[in-house]
Formats: sequence, structure tokens, C-alpha cells
Amino acid sequence: MFLATDLVSVFVRSIFIDNMIFAYFLGMCSYLAVSKNVKTALGLGVAVVFVLTITVPLNWLLLNKVLKDGALAWLSPSLAKVDLSFLAFIMFIATIASMTQLVEMLVEKLSPELYGALGIFLPLIAVNCSILGGSLFMQERDYEFAEATVFGLGSGVGWLIAIVAIAAIRMRIRYSNVPAPLRGLGITFIITGLMGIAFMSFLGITL
Amino acid sequence: MSDVLVQSPAEKKPLIGKKERKLITDPLSDNNPVTIQVLGICSALAVTTQMKPTMVMALSVTAVIALSNLVISLMRNAIPSRIRIIVQLTVVSVLVILVDQILKAYMYDISKQLSVFVGLIITNCIVMGRLEAYAMGNKPFPSLLDGLGNGFGYGAVILTVAFVRELLGSGKVFGFKVVPDVLYQAGYVNNGLMMIPAGALFVVACYIWVQRSLAKHLEEKE
Repeated sequence: MFLATDLVSVFVRSIFIDNMIFAYFLGMCSYLAVSKNVKTALGLGVAVVFVLTITVPLNWLLLNKVLKDGALAWLSPSLAKVDLSFLAFIMFIATIASMTQLVEMLVEKLSPELYGALGIFLPLIAVNCSILGGSLFMQERDYEFAEATVFGLGSGVGWLIAIVAIAAIRMRIRYSNVPAPLRGLGITFIITGLMGIAFMSFLGITL
Repeated sequence: MSDVLVQSPAEKKPLIGKKERKLITDPLSDNNPVTIQVLGICSALAVTTQMKPTMVMALSVTAVIALSNLVISLMRNAIPSRIRIIVQLTVVSVLVILVDQILKAYMYDISKQLSVFVGLIITNCIVMGRLEAYAMGNKPFPSLLDGLGNGFGYGAVILTVAFVRELLGSGKVFGFKVVPDVLYQAGYVNNGLMMIPAGALFVVACYIWVQRSLAKHLEEKE
């Protein structure tokens, strides 16, 4: 068994130290494309948190109960030697694509308001690197089920913080006199770099 | 018989004509997938601390883009548009699994170094972007070339970034020491900034800066 403090540590690590954007650059495409104002950034961020929290534990189950070497032993002893882990990528992406579809339909049915706000972003999320990245990191780091869930939630929250912060800065920077060739993309990269350095200071925290 | 010959002047065109050449050269500069279309940034930044894994990454991505463009273009008339994203993802992930297995078999160290980023080629926006924008509406051969061109454009950027980062960050190129020991004894120090993730962002920003200063029409009007 593991302690609740371990979970808190995984949670804080995934938000600040292993931040999806600042440490691994995952989900940069939508991070750059949808960070022109805070409101839409917040919408996309919430959708990412949502989908990450669902898909990481789901993929954990898939990995540990179906794909891993000998994971199928619970079905019948004759399957104990089956190793399907090479199928991990395609199964993960299938889960993610179908989950986003499902989430989209559910949200549309249950809360049309939220759907109005998130609607256009939900399909985009299927191809957001941070979602697949979350599942792949989960696989690489051998998390337990509870850890995987908390990790999914934490990575999502970290991503949300990053995109909202950059959106707020970009709204401000419109009033600054940036050299013409740097405008837009270039300056956003530099700011993200500076924010990344700021986030590195969290490395000193021992958990 | 002669009718058919007259009707098909396309047959006489060389395999790589002007249009085809443009498909390859355009993504290298004016329509670069990374710096202009802003796609595929994730992996472009994360794997570029050293030249060698970057090279492998560039080749893998090029192979995946070109082949998936070809396959999707061959199937384009049979794919219902409602489920095209799933179909595309399936094709791409099969190709990425192949690449991953090959890397694991023949270049295990580099495959470990690239870790999750091989898998993330699946969601590399360049791949999906080219499939949506080009392969779904064009013939197989131009699609293949378009894929190759975009792969090279991506490779050019990440190799440049990796070159700068490896040279300044550890004084090496492709793992060979190029900064002489004399310099180190004279007090030269490797730039640690280049080795951390933020360094990559600054290098890409400078790349964009230089590129857009040289070609004014690429500047953003915000």
C-alpha cells in the first residue's frame, strides 16, 4: 500500500516540476494556437483536465489488464504468456479518440451550456500531444492505479495553468512594441522559455 | 489508339516536374511546418539536446509523414468523412508502431533516449495536418512528395536547433568534441541554459526571428 502523501507528491510533481508544457513541451500546438485570449484558453484547459483524468486511468487498466506481458492471465492460464505491449500506442490512441467522442456527446446531452463553451475544443483534444503523452508517461513510470489517476489530473491542471498564464500575458503584450519579426510566434516562445525557467525553481522542492 | 496518346499529355511529363519540386522545396523555407505553420512543436523542442537522436527523430517523422500521406491518399475516396480522424489515427499509429519496433530492435539506446517521443509522433500535428490538408484531396504520388517535403522541413529545423544546442551546451557535434580543450583551460564554459528545456524555446525563437527578418512577408500582423 502507498500513503496519501505519495499521491500528494505525484500530484504536485505533475503540476509544477514535470509540467507538461514547461518540462516536456507536450500539447504545444494547441497551447500556441488557442492562447490568444484567456476565456477560450480556460475552456480548452478545463477540457484537457477532464479528458486526461479519464483517459490515463482507463489506459492504465488497459495496459495492466490486457496488454502487458502476462497481463491476460486473469482470463485463462493459457494466455499467461501473451505479450501485447507492442499494441500500446494504437490502443491508447483508440481509447483517447473514443473517449473524446464520448465526452463530447455526454457534455452535449447533459449540459448544452458547457458544450457551447467547450464544443469546438473537444475534437481537437484527441490529437493534443499532452493527452497521449500522459498515458505514455504513465506506462514509462510504472504508476499504480491511484497514482495514475492523480497523475492524469495533475498533468491536466499543470497544462491548464500554463495555457491560462500565457494567454493572459499575450493579451497584455499586444500593447508592447515587439520587433516585427518576433511578433506573434517568436515572442510567445521566448515568454514560454522564461516561464519554463521560473518553473524550474520548483525543482529545488523535495517531496 | 492514337486518340488515347493524344488525350494523355500527362504521361509525357517528367516524374519530378516543377510542381513536384515545389512540393518538396516549399516546406523547407516559405511554408515550413514548424516555424510558419506552427505544427509539431512538441517533439521539435524535446528531443533536440543532441544531434544523433534528433537525426533519428527527423528520419522517423519523415518516414511516418510520407508513408501515411501515401496510404491515406490511396484510401481517400473510401473514407467516410465523419470518421476520417479515427481512420487517420489508426493508419498513423500502425506506422509509428512499426518505427518504434524497428528502433527498439536496431537502435535500442536511442530509442530509450527518445522515450515517449517516438509514440508521440502519432499526435504530431504535422502528420495530421498534412493528412487533412493535402492527402485527403490529392493523388498518391504528389502526397508522398508533400510528405517527404514536410518531413525534410521539420528535419531541417530540428537539426539546426539540435546543432546549436549541442555545440553551445556540451561543445560537441554528433557526439564528437569540437570545442578544443585549450578553450576550456582558458575559462570557456559550456552554456547550461542550452541543456534545459527553456533553451530550446529560445533557440527556436531566434530561428524564427532570423527567418522572418530575412523574409519580411512572413511577419505576423497582430
